[in-house]
Amino acid sequence: MAHEHKLEIFRGLWKFKSNTQKIWGVLAFLCVITAIEVVLGIIKPEFLLKNDNAFLGLKLLNWIFIILTLVKAYYIAWDFMHLRDEKTSLRRAIVWTPIFLVAYLVLILLLEADYIYEVFRDGFVTWNF
Amino acid sequence: MDSTVVTGSEENVWGGGNQPLGASYGKLMMWFFLVSDALTFSGLLAAYGFSRFKFIETWPIADEVFTHVPFVHGNFPMIYVALMTLILIISSVTMVLAVDAGHRMKKNAVIWYMFLTIIGGAIFVGSQAWEWGTFIKGDFGALETKGGRILQFVDTETGERAAIADFAKTIPSERVNHERKNGVWFYNGEELPSYSVNEVIEGFKAHPNITVRTESIVQEGEKEGEKTVLSRTDALKKLGSATQVVEGANLIHNEYGSRLFADFFFFITGFHGFHVTSGVVINLIIFFNVVLGTYEKRGHYEMVEKVGLYWHFVDLVWVFVFTFFYLV
Repeated sequence: MAHEHKLEIFRGLWKFKSNTQKIWGVLAFLCVITAIEVVLGIIKPEFLLKNDNAFLGLKLLNWIFIILTLVKAYYIAWDFMHLRDEKTSLRRAIVWTPIFLVAYLVLILLLEADYIYEVFRDGFVTWNF
Repeated sequence: MDSTVVTGSEENVWGGGNQPLGASYGKLMMWFFLVSDALTFSGLLAAYGFSRFKFIETWPIADEVFTHVPFVHGNFPMIYVALMTLILIISSVTMVLAVDAGHRMKKNAVIWYMFLTIIGGAIFVGSQAWEWGTFIKGDFGALETKGGRILQFVDTETGERAAIADFAKTIPSERVNHERKNGVWFYNGEELPSYSVNEVIEGFKAHPNITVRTESIVQEGEKEGEKTVLSRTDALKKLGSATQVVEGANLIHNEYGSRLFADFFFFITGFHGFHVTSGVVINLIIFFNVVLGTYEKRGHYEMVEKVGLYWHFVDLVWVFVFTFFYLV
């Protein structure tokens, strides 16, 4: 059981006096990120939605959402699930196993989906009628 | 083979009694479960991504689907889901505060924080149920074509969605709902929708300010990213291929657009809601154990920490579901 807590986040930029304070600090940070996501989702800045500005087939706004989600996931796992206080070996076993498998699955499935999309678009199959 | 030689306590790696990963058996097993469960959810979300990329130009726009807030009329995309997300994050915080209080052996604090966590979880599950109800009931109604695509209606002047009920004509007909009292051999038939295709088309002809909106998303130009709105003539032609009226959504028909969207909505949020529900139940069990003083006697509150891991995981999954279902 890890009774000692590491009491700083953002690589030491934000230090806390107690674990309880750290929890509230992380909550504030997560709320700020969620607020940014919601505001972006409501305003939808036009240049972030243009297909011309898409990166790797995904609109820039969606990239921002995904990155912010990963940031949130990091702080939930590290501070709420105490991964920050666990041994490095345990942390790596927990984190890298799913990351590797999911990245592989997503890569394969999305490439395949894009291929099927092209087959549909180029008129080999009639489906939109 | 001589495997029982003990030369010193530090070298006794395989003799048991030490914890190479610095975590107890129970905690390790919880992590095992969470990693495998994470892969299950990833499988579902990746399948969602697959279907979405396959139909990238016709997929429903989530902002137009989830627009309701309980007790309030009007169009508020995102607001309620954002609130649900906030509720779940806050219940995650009360959970981690309970774990923290457990480390410091403060029984009453643990009881209160666990209680708040359970309340937060219950509110979230309730909101989820309400969201399902609204989604199943539907908004405006639509027509489904022979190819299974959806035709929705918009007002040409305001550009806003038009509900079938507002413009469809009522034509007297012999169409009646088949009920149990009318047949000797009654099989549950599909409920008739409020209007027939014919009534909708006649109503459409009588209202020159209504036109059809298809599933296709405009790919370039001024209206990029919006659904295609047809002219009246094209719309009338398109209406010829309509086969049935769709109101609301289920696993087979979906008035919001692609049926796969509804299928994944039910599967993914349903699977997550199931996790939240079981989380609330496990939290309740641990809550009563804390109240009874079980962990006080045991000398440590590790069970609270383990159930906490599960609860945070549920929150973590929701963060991803929120992004991929409602934001992206």
